[in-house]
Amino acid sequence: MSFKTDKGRVIGLGSAKTGAQHWLSERVKAVALIPLTLAFICIIAPLIGAEHSKVVAKFQNPINAILIILFLYVTFKHLADGLQVVIEDYVHSKPAFITLILLTKFICYGFGFAGIFAVAKLAFSA
Amino acid sequence: MTNGPTDTRPLSPHLTIYRPQMSSMTSIFVRVTGVALTLGFVLIVWWLLAASSSPAYFDKVNGCLTSWFGILVMVGSLWALWYHFLGGVRHLIWDMGYGFEIKTADMMGYIMIGGSFLMTALTLVMIGLCS
Repeated sequence: MSFKTDKGRVIGLGSAKTGAQHWLSERVKAVALIPLTLAFICIIAPLIGAEHSKVVAKFQNPINAILIILFLYVTFKHLADGLQVVIEDYVHSKPAFITLILLTKFICYGFGFAGIFAVAKLAFSA
Repeated sequence: MTNGPTDTRPLSPHLTIYRPQMSSMTSIFVRVTGVALTLGFVLIVWWLLAASSSPAYFDKVNGCLTSWFGILVMVGSLWALWYHFLGGVRHLIWDMGYGFEIKTADMMGYIMIGGSFLMTALTLVMIGLCS
């Protein structure tokens, strides 16, 4: 979604990038994370330190698995968004900026999908 | 972003010049907890991967997260998560245009601080009841 007027777009003034979309998509993820975070705490917190069989049993329930997969997907995207804003605010050297943004994206997508894979593997293991 | 050394325009007043306020300080800590939670979630993913690998490796990682240092990081992350959660809700309230009166803004700050500790304690009680 673009908030630029047609004239603004044609003469190329105003925001040159996608600040409004970034801002809006951050809010969409933040709203989604309200119920998902509550689900995450209820499902995961009691399992830290629990026996392996209990953890497996928990994720064999599709509702738990789906909620945690959704949570991980939105959380790591939200994390990438948030870290990007922090880097934009404090890192002013171009090479460091680009390096950190890339690193952030790689780490967030890497760990996000690794977590999703792990939950899916637990859910599908019979 | 400024254009580096060639840009000599003065920056607007920043953290160093403002008197700390409830709203600004609690908001800064939303950012701090958000960045810190990166570690917590990396550890949770490690724990999930371990659970999906083998019971033996899971026991190792599970033991790591429930060592005294692991518990410190996990409980710290839990507090940070509740704080960031409540701070996020406050920012969404502000985004909708409510809660800008100083009294309301201050009160939401106190709710965030008190609520984050309260919810952390309640979660720990819930964990105790579940196990």
